[in-house]
Formats: sequence, structure tokens, C-alpha cells
Amino acid sequence: MTVEAPVFEETPPQVEPARGPTDWARKNLFNNWYNSLLTVALAAFVVWALLALVRGLLGADYEIIRANLRLFMIGEFPADQLWRPWAATYCFAVLFGTVGGSLAAEARDRATEAGLPNVSTTLRQILIRFWPILVLIVVILSFTTTITPTLLTVGALAVGLGAYYLGRAMPRAIRRWTWLLAILLIAASYLALAGFGGVGWQGWGGLHLNLFLTFTGILVAFPFGLLLAMGRRSSLPVIRTISVTYIELVRGVPLIAVLIAGAFAVGFIIPRDVRPGFVTRMLIAIIAFEAAYIAEVVRGGLQAVPRGQVEAAQAVGLAPWKTMRLIVLPQALRATIPAMVGQFISLFKDTTLVAVLGITELLEATFVVNSQPAYLGKGLFVVTLSFAALIFWVGCYTMSRESRRLERKLGVGER
Amino acid sequence: MWRDVRVLRVIIQVVAGAAVLMVLYVLWFNLTNNLRATGLPTGFDFLTQPLGVDIPGSDISPSSPIWKGLLNGVKNTLALVVVGIPLLTVIGVLVGVARLSTNWLVAKAAGLYVEILRNLPPLLIIFFVFNVAILRFPVLQESLNIGDLVLINNRYIAVVGFTAQPNFGPFLAIIAVALIVAAGVWWWRTRRSEQIGVHHHRFLWALGVFTLLTLIGFFALGGPIGLSRPVLDGRALEGGYTGLAAYWAVLAALVLYTASHVAEIVRGSILAVPRGQSEAANAIALTPFQRLRYVILPQAMRVAIPPTISQYLNFTKNTSLAIAIGYAELTRITFQLIGNGQPAPQMIALLMGGYLIFSLIISLVVNLVNRRLQLVTR
Repeated sequence: MTVEAPVFEETPPQVEPARGPTDWARKNLFNNWYNSLLTVALAAFVVWALLALVRGLLGADYEIIRANLRLFMIGEFPADQLWRPWAATYCFAVLFGTVGGSLAAEARDRATEAGLPNVSTTLRQILIRFWPILVLIVVILSFTTTITPTLLTVGALAVGLGAYYLGRAMPRAIRRWTWLLAILLIAASYLALAGFGGVGWQGWGGLHLNLFLTFTGILVAFPFGLLLAMGRRSSLPVIRTISVTYIELVRGVPLIAVLIAGAFAVGFIIPRDVRPGFVTRMLIAIIAFEAAYIAEVVRGGLQAVPRGQVEAAQAVGLAPWKTMRLIVLPQALRATIPAMVGQFISLFKDTTLVAVLGITELLEATFVVNSQPAYLGKGLFVVTLSFAALIFWVGCYTMSRESRRLERKLGVGER
Repeated sequence: MWRDVRVLRVIIQVVAGAAVLMVLYVLWFNLTNNLRATGLPTGFDFLTQPLGVDIPGSDISPSSPIWKGLLNGVKNTLALVVVGIPLLTVIGVLVGVARLSTNWLVAKAAGLYVEILRNLPPLLIIFFVFNVAILRFPVLQESLNIGDLVLINNRYIAVVGFTAQPNFGPFLAIIAVALIVAAGVWWWRTRRSEQIGVHHHRFLWALGVFTLLTLIGFFALGGPIGLSRPVLDGRALEGGYTGLAAYWAVLAALVLYTASHVAEIVRGSILAVPRGQSEAANAIALTPFQRLRYVILPQAMRVAIPPTISQYLNFTKNTSLAIAIGYAELTRITFQLIGNGQPAPQMIALLMGGYLIFSLIISLVVNLVNRRLQLVTR
């Protein structure tokens, strides 16, 4: 016997509106009188702004950037020592490549173990995610006067890509030592810059200094922040009071006040024979400041760990510090990754503040070049500031997009 | 005994407390020693000494005491905060709502604004506004004059202001009476609406009554308020409200920057209101405006307020960036005074104390508001 498929009365197909551009425009731009008005006014403004922008971009004199590109990138690094920053760049290319590759391999292996489909990142996805960085590199290279920087950059990208595939192909036993390789590479890059008659960080400048202050600030402040966060959540009143006081005092004052304190007051509270350099003092101030903010970020992560996890750990008889290290921290830190990226972005933006104290980082460099005799009084601030703005914007925009992607991927905030 | 948790807890706390006290003591010891060795004062007596620096845009002379200069800095910081916070709230809410507009162009333009401004360093935005826009304005003698209402040059921006004419006092009294009457009308409309169920329109009623009474009073008293137009008198600006160009630059840059963050908060909070709420509002035939006003915004506000407070605090702290373009707020004056040989540790302690007080006051005010809006749960 066969069951006959039930026959439904045929409903007349819904009148699907013609889906052309006119229809789209009517629906999304002119759906009532005030939207139409808004659209027209805004469209006029956008067209005007775009025209002004294009005219400005085409008509501007970029000689000031071309002549000072090195100052923008690495400050007053001696010209005959340029191999040093490049060597450091290659160290970091290898570092990022290997770490990225081994993280990708780790994710792949975990997915395989869990029986999940293995999603690998395609080149297209990489392009979609990192196009602003690529555009920025092309823009910066377009200001170079010789072919060498372009070749070296392409080389660095190639080395980074090679390291990525190498990192992915590494067996698990070797992959576990990636962190050691990372430390060695960081040490090597510092040695390349400063060792054997090079220039220590007191003499660094430009974008390089912004990046150095950001990375070092976050990395060194992280352990302190972690301790402060745990102290704030501690059940011991004295420890909690110390942590809360520090965190709230620092978070209540602007970074610039902390930097001024680093510049002028640190000298008073340390013994007279210890005289740290100016950049070091800025770095100390940044670390002291960031520790309090990182503590709050980590606290958010600690609070996101369900109480049941701690209770379960206690139930199986884990010691308090083991509960922390094996149960709470892995979950808490995973949840803080997106917020940490956010903290990284805001510190990257805030490193411009050392300009106020006269250090030639990227933003200050845009002013220094405008007082060079060749450009003095020509009003080229708009050109140099736009160049710096592009660099900061690309960095922050890419990172904030990545942090949102991570947030979705880690499922933070969804439960 | 050494494995007893109670004993361990006490020991850990005593050790930690002692360590912190010890570090503080060493720092204090170094501080007093170093101050004495450099011949700087160890107390706060120096605050009555003459200032020694000039503060642009104020009538404080270099011979006034230091504390007066610092108070002037506090006043200038407050001038940024008090004007900036309402402004950035309005712009932030507008842009945040615009990002969710059904109008494609409006939504995209708002998104572009947020994504560009949010990802730039605030100091860079300040420099941009100051060096690219304001310093290109004409010099004082050739000030740009917009209909006698606004005067713009590269040092000052002056806008038209109001002056009190004769009968200003009685007029203020009339305004007070009008306010009371309007409140009465509001109450009456509310009660009527509750009694017989007609729509109250209490806002329109109250506003109408207030406007009517004020207008009658205004004309009856023969115009008690006059306009004070900014005029260029030789080398000085007279009349109207005059602000240093640096003030406007910092204000504009920081308001635009912080508003982009507030816009993101507003957007997120509106999206956090469950869809069912807006569907239910549609089901009971509320108009789009009513839906936003009575259903969506009150719920979104609860989510938005805590992060918005921290943006207000960020704005307040960021006003310290005005130091970079020479607007004489608290940080700038402190910086100048340290450069002028005043003892740095005490000056910095005062500076940080000042910002801590600002932060505390803002937190207090907004927390009071927050408590009123909080959802009352069991």
C-alpha cells in the first residue's frame, strides 16, 4: 500500500516585490518623509566630504613624509645601524609565524580529538581579516625612496608565512616548547637592537617605541594585574584592602598624571644613586598604571567562572592554590582574552601621551618634522597627522575586529 | 599549628601588611631625604607663594598665590566636564540610535563615524582639531564674523550671550511662578487622566502654560533680557561668551571621541532588549515613538548606565590631555609649576587628589541616578 502524499490547496504565490535597486532604495532610503530628507542631506554631506578628502589626498605634498619616514618608524636610530631594526623585524616575523602556526595546529588537533570538523583558515579569510594591515604596509612602502625596504618587507612576510607553516607542521612534543622559542626570539630581537654597540631603549622612537611600550607594558603588568585581581577577590581583609586601594587609586587618576609622576616624582622616592633613564621611568609609570586596569579585566574573568567549579574542586580535595591554578585560572583567563585585547588597544592609543613629556614617539614625530626648516610654517600638520592617524587607526581597528571575532569564537558572554 | 588555616590566614595578612607598610616607609624615608637634600620644602606651605607663571584666559596674575592658580585649573577642568558630559551624551545617544536606523545611509554613516573615531588616539584627535582646524582660523584682527552672533579667530571663539536688563529680578520671579503653575497643571492633567481616562498630554500642557506665562512676563516687563553680541574692540573681544580656542578644540575632540564610545554602548544596550519586548509593543499598537520611549529605552538605559558612567570618568580623566595644546586646566598648571621649580611630589599628590575627587563626585551623582532607575526585584 502506498500512502498518498496529501495534496495541499495551492496558495497563490505571494506577490514578491521587484527586488531591484529602486525598490531597495525606496525601502532603505526613502521609506517616509523624514528619512528621505535625512538621506538627501546626508548624501550631500558624504559626497562633499569624499570630494574634499580625495582632493586633499591628491593635492597634498607628501615630501615631508618621504623625507622623514625613518623618523616616523624608528625615531632617531642611527642610519648606519639600520640592519638592527630589520633583524628585530625578522625575529618577530618568525615569532608571530611560529606562535600563530602552533596555535592553529593546537586548535586543529583538539578539534580532531573532539571529533569536530577541522576548519582551517583560508587565505581569503586572512585577507578579509587583515586587509587594513596590508593596505597600511603598501602605503608606508609607497613612501620609501629605495627598493630595499620593499624587498626586506616582502622577505619578512615570506619568512613569517614560512614560520607559520613550520609551526603548524611541528609535532606536539616540539610544539610544547614554543613559549621557550618565543622568549629566545624576543631576547634575540633585543640583542639585535641593543647588543654589541647598538641602541638601548632610551634611544628608541617613532612607531617602534609605541609598539615597545605597549607590548612591554601589557606583558610586564600582567602578572601584577593577576595578583591584584586575586587579591581583590581574596577572603583575607588586609590583602583585599591593599588590592582595592591600589586599583581604585590608580584608576581614579589620568595616565598623564601617572606619567608626570614617573617623570618628576619617581626620582624623589628612590635612592639618590639610582637614576633610571627617561623612557624607563615612562615604562615604570605605564606598568604601574596598566596593572590596575588589567586587574579589573582579570577580575571580570574570575567572576565569570561559575561557583560550582570551585566547589567541585574543593569536593575532590584540591588545595586552594591548585584549585586556582588548575580550575579557576584556565577558565578565567580564557574569558579575559577579548578584554585583554581591548586593554592592549587602549594602551596602544595611550602610548601617544609620552609625547607630552617630549619623547619622540610617532605622534611627537609628526610635530618634530613640521619644525624642520624645510617645512616650517607650511601648515603640513594635516599631512603628517593623517599619516599617524592611518597607522593608529589600522592597528586599533584590526585588533578590535579580531577581539570581537575571538569573543564570538570563545563564546564569552553566552552561556 | 602551621597547618591550621586560621593561623595561616592571620600570618599571611600580617606579613603582607607589614611588607606594604615597610615599602611605604622606605619610599617616605627616601622622599623626605631627597626633598631635604635638594632644598625643597617638605610640607604644603609653598602653596601661598606667588604663582610665577601666567595663566592665559584668566585674570590671575603671576603674583597671586599658587593655590589660586590651582583652583583656576580646577575651574577650567570643570568647564570642560560640565559642558562636555551633556554634549557627549546627546551625540552618543543620537549616533547610537542612528546606527540602528532603518535608513541604510544613516546607519552606515553613523557606523563609519563610530569606527573611525573610536580607533584613534584621543590626543591625536585633539591635535587634529587644534592644528588643522583652529590654527587655520584668521588672526584676531580679521576675526570671522557670523551674523554678529559668533566671532571666530585662532585664539578665541566668542558666541552671543545674554545680559540682564532692568526688571531682570522681577522676571526671574515670574519664571519661578510660571514653573510652579506649570507643575500644578502637570499634576492636574495627571489626576484627570487617572480619573476619567483621557490622555493627559501633561508635558505639552505644562510646557504651553510655562511658555505663555513667561512670554507675557517678558513683554510686560519690557524685555528684561538683552543680547550681548561679541564685538572686536581693538585687540580684545568684548561681550558675549568668550572661550579660548584651545578650550573649544579640546572640548570638540574629546566630545566626539567619547561620544563614539557612548554610541557603541547605546547600540549594544538597545540590542540587548529582548525582541519580544518590541513585538509585544507592536502587538498592543504602540506607535514607533511610544515603543522607543516607553518600552525599549527604559530597559536599554539600565544596561547602558554603568558603562556610560565609566565613559564619563574617562572623559573627565582625558581632559588632562588639554595639557598638550596649552589649555590651562589642572594638569597643565601643575606641569607648568613643576617646571617652574615647585616641589614635584606635593604638586603631583595634589593633582592626583584633584582627579580622585572629580571621579568620586561623578560616581556619586550617577550612582544616585542609577539607583532610581534600577529594576526593583524581589
